[in-house]
Amino acid sequence: MTLLALDRLTVRRGDCPVVDAVTVSVAAGECVGLIGPNGAGKTTLLRGALGLLPHQGQSSLTSMPGAQRARHAAWMPQSREIAWPVTVETLIALGRIPHLPRGAKPRPDDQRAIEAAIARMGLEAFRHRTATQLSGGEQARVLIARALAQDTPLLLADEPIAGLDPASQIATMQVFGRLAREGHAVIVSLHDLGLAARHCTRLLMMSAGRLIADGAPRDVLTPDHIAQVFGITGFWADTDHGPVFQPLEVTG
Amino acid sequence: MKLAALLVALCAALFVVSLTSGQVNASVGESLVALWRDDGLPLSVVMQEIRLPRALLAVMIGASLGMAGAAMQGFLRNPLAEPGLIGVSGSAALGAVLAIQTGLTLFFPLALPLAALSGAVLAVVLILLLAGPRGASITLILAGIAISALAGALTSLVLNLSPNPFAAADIVFWMMGSLADRSFDHVWLALPFMMLGWALLALSARGLDALTLGEDAAQAMGINLARLRLMLVIGTASCVGAATAVAGAVGFVGLVVPHLLRGFVGARPSSLLWASALGGAAMVLAADIAVREILPQRDLKLGVLMALVGAPLFLHLIFKTRKEMA
Amino acid sequence: MVAVLLGPAAWADQRPERVVSVNLCTDQLGLLLADSGQLISVSRLAHEPDSSAMVEAARALPANGSGAEEVYLLTPDLVLAGTFTDSATVQMLRDLGIRVELFAPARSLEDVPARLRQMGAALGRTAVAEEMVARFEADLAALTVTLTPRPRAALYYVNSYTSGDRSLASDILAVAGFDNVASEVGLDWGGVLPLEKLVMLAPDLIIQGRDYPGQARAEDTLDHPALLALSDTLQAGQLTDRDWICGTPQVLNAIRAMRDLRLSMEADR
Repeated sequence: MTLLALDRLTVRRGDCPVVDAVTVSVAAGECVGLIGPNGAGKTTLLRGALGLLPHQGQSSLTSMPGAQRARHAAWMPQSREIAWPVTVETLIALGRIPHLPRGAKPRPDDQRAIEAAIARMGLEAFRHRTATQLSGGEQARVLIARALAQDTPLLLADEPIAGLDPASQIATMQVFGRLAREGHAVIVSLHDLGLAARHCTRLLMMSAGRLIADGAPRDVLTPDHIAQVFGITGFWADTDHGPVFQPLEVTG
Repeated sequence: MKLAALLVALCAALFVVSLTSGQVNASVGESLVALWRDDGLPLSVVMQEIRLPRALLAVMIGASLGMAGAAMQGFLRNPLAEPGLIGVSGSAALGAVLAIQTGLTLFFPLALPLAALSGAVLAVVLILLLAGPRGASITLILAGIAISALAGALTSLVLNLSPNPFAAADIVFWMMGSLADRSFDHVWLALPFMMLGWALLALSARGLDALTLGEDAAQAMGINLARLRLMLVIGTASCVGAATAVAGAVGFVGLVVPHLLRGFVGARPSSLLWASALGGAAMVLAADIAVREILPQRDLKLGVLMALVGAPLFLHLIFKTRKEMA
Repeated sequence: MVAVLLGPAAWADQRPERVVSVNLCTDQLGLLLADSGQLISVSRLAHEPDSSAMVEAARALPANGSGAEEVYLLTPDLVLAGTFTDSATVQMLRDLGIRVELFAPARSLEDVPARLRQMGAALGRTAVAEEMVARFEADLAALTVTLTPRPRAALYYVNSYTSGDRSLASDILAVAGFDNVASEVGLDWGGVLPLEKLVMLAPDLIIQGRDYPGQARAEDTLDHPALLALSDTLQAGQLTDRDWICGTPQVLNAIRAMRDLRLSMEADR
């Protein structure tokens, strides 16, 4: 089942296309890694797909009314904003806003989704802590849990693991992988190509607003692609512990 | 819910105290009985025509200013956003003064709250334009200073140009606010606009909650930001405009009350809305009792008292946010 | 400096020929007593029909803004001012060698003859002043109302201000047959009478002081519904301020109006 379909999606800043005619579709069960150097247009692609930016071309999300879209796709922005000193539990419960009738209290369903999100991100111990007083990495996990609590078929996350410690990075990628296996689709932008290679079922490689490569990690992280897009060389190995990718040198 | 019950009880108690404080030496029981008697005796007239509207206005104005403060803070995600400090009340006062001085209110009494509302709308829109979506403290305060100064100067100018010798003395009222000798005329004039404001701000509660996570996240959760902004502008302006039209610019209510109550509601913007409405009502009732009890002969202005309480807190908040600004 | 050292006595025999008045009440006293051509300028307020009881006569003369510079350029040999005239102005004019005669505001009807005599002396017109005093006292006696009981009246001005027994306005009331309620609450000198206290006093009559153009929020209390809710109180409406403020024979107009009101109340009983 296709959960996101972009058809020649283009986002311009002035005359300059920041995302240039990207066509892609993502189906349930996929954990898609969005990779590319700084300024490649990853964030813009995701925001454009959600209808947060004016764009040309089609996105299956923007044809939905706002409330319906919010129950279909959750979005975790790159800027980790927590404006008020609310508790972790309250913050995660905000994810239920699209499901609640105006002014209603969380119902058992909502409570279940909140609990599941807390459990997935291993935040039981933080439940009653004040979100603004947590460390940056902890806040990121809380915000991921918030997006999970929205309980949508599709999850879009913009650099969710940046700044997390290795254990949290791996655990988070595993959560995304598990979500995909349970029938959701996840699109996550990230810079760690090693984690992308290990945990994503599919990679989208962007450069200068264009989609350069789209496919299984092994087919995307080829020497040619990474030299052309990132200007580096890399090492790929299939091991007993799964695929391993390690960037090596900056090319000339 | 315990908090709600507590605040309601506090408001009720202060309401009774407000009804029984003033210049007249009558026992509490006697005064309260006179509230219901239809005998045209002086005490009944005082209770029904002077004290009752005064206490009602304190509740209405306090609730409006408290709620407007909480809503603006929620929208701009900045605890310094307060209608009085950022020039909304001052602009509303300018609108009200223009309506009175042009003689418009003589023919069309509703012109008073409408003009105040227009002044307030103008100021809120200007603030939102100047301070940007995230309402950074520094731009918010600077924009507020500019708008307050301009509105204050224009108010003084209009009143100085008036042929009426007492108009200039009105400047103090418009800048500082007072509930002295207001009547039921003022209650009926303000109430419809305040009710509209309360309704719009209450409807924005969910959007304000979502904004805790930032504009992008809120929008992705199905919040229509353009509509939220519109509801906030009209809601705040209705509340502040109506309050200012009948009682002058009473500052700091929308700053102090949300600040005191934020901890009790777990900082949730939606809960802070109703809590600040109740808390604001209690605060203005208390302040209005104090101005009558501290200097009964002097017509101490409400805004003076609020500023004495609010300004140190404002400085404290600036000190606290200084770190994030740096 | 010479003028200051010599003091007013030195001028006593000399009749001033260029007299400038800078105060509304001295304007009127001056207009009443000055010989033709003796008074050359009056204060700007004297030209305002709302404040000035003698606006026709006053408008025949140029108005001044009461500032030292403006007054000095009129080359007066006598300036008439009130004791509440800006002391800096008075001092400046005296330093410039101009004689300034200060008139205290009238606090009672007894002050009216006193002010007339003071003005007569200052202008060198004592005979005219005595004549006017005699006429005033006769008129006053003729207008005095001795009816009992004396209704309790309240004077209620903008910003809840009232006049007490030691005021010209209260004397006007007394002569016209009223008692001033301000004295019941200890406001002998006048002051703020809060709306609540006024209502509790429930006077038989409320006289409002208002006769100003334009709007002011400060006037709101005069329209407060609580005043209308007092069923046994007669709302006498607005008094004409200009007849009540200055200690001149014009106060007879105010007394006559109040006397008519008192007599009509008697007729209604």
